[in-house]
Amino acid sequence: MTEFTPITGLIGGILIGIASVIMLWGSGRITGISGIFGGLLTPARGDIAWRAAFIGGLIVGGLLWPLVSGNPLPVDLQVSWPVMLIAGLLVGFGTRLGSGCTSGHGVCGIGRLSPRSLVATLIFMLAAFFTTYISRHVLGA
Amino acid sequence: MAQEKQTSQLLIAFGSGILFAAGLIVSQMVNPAKVLNFLDIAGDWDATLAFVMGGAVLVTMPLFRLVLKRPHPLFAKSFYVPTRRDIDIKLVAGSAVFGIGWGIAGLCPGPAITAIASGLLPVFGFVAAMAAGAFVYKWLFEARH
Repeated sequence: MTEFTPITGLIGGILIGIASVIMLWGSGRITGISGIFGGLLTPARGDIAWRAAFIGGLIVGGLLWPLVSGNPLPVDLQVSWPVMLIAGLLVGFGTRLGSGCTSGHGVCGIGRLSPRSLVATLIFMLAAFFTTYISRHVLGA
Repeated sequence: MAQEKQTSQLLIAFGSGILFAAGLIVSQMVNPAKVLNFLDIAGDWDATLAFVMGGAVLVTMPLFRLVLKRPHPLFAKSFYVPTRRDIDIKLVAGSAVFGIGWGIAGLCPGPAITAIASGLLPVFGFVAAMAAGAFVYKWLFEARH
């Protein structure tokens, strides 16, 4: 069980939104993380550095957190090693096939009222709700 | 005349990445326990993540409009924004597969990458598997030479 924390949720969401606006305003790019990450795996000339800088920022942000806040990174894993690998495969494959994830479709695409992103977000949310229901209440994990 | 300013673009990307990570951590989107308790409507539901996505869209919806009205970004020649509007089977199937993976472990790409900083080995495993999944997509769907 986790506590309902709407205020820090809202603040965190606003920070994510501001980060996305800074990226678009400064570099003209969308902060779609699966796309930025995917582009690093099959690099094209002149298209690597900004991706590496953004992904590096995501990790450095995580490394800075304990130093700045005095608290450890709140990462409480819920599934076993092999299940993590299966989930990672599905997330990696699905986000490339579907052209985006929670950030690209969910935050940026909905922000632009893109019909593709609205549909994608609806589908991955429903699939995630359904999967969690099955794993927690049917399989009883 | 707009120009590509590489160094400025790198600083923007790095700064945006750090701020994005801060948002993921403050909101606890980086925490799989929190994410799965949001996805588990039939359990002890924790609605927090609705506020995260709501907060983010509250910012992007008005400000993206303003930014995209400009002739070009501050440090680049043009905006690189997706233009497709068609709903195809790849979009639908891919989103469903992603949702299943997200619902299993409670990690999506951004939080998984930031969570690497926790040093937990299964997170590295998840990100490596994510990369493998992206390669599988490339083998199956992108043109081979």
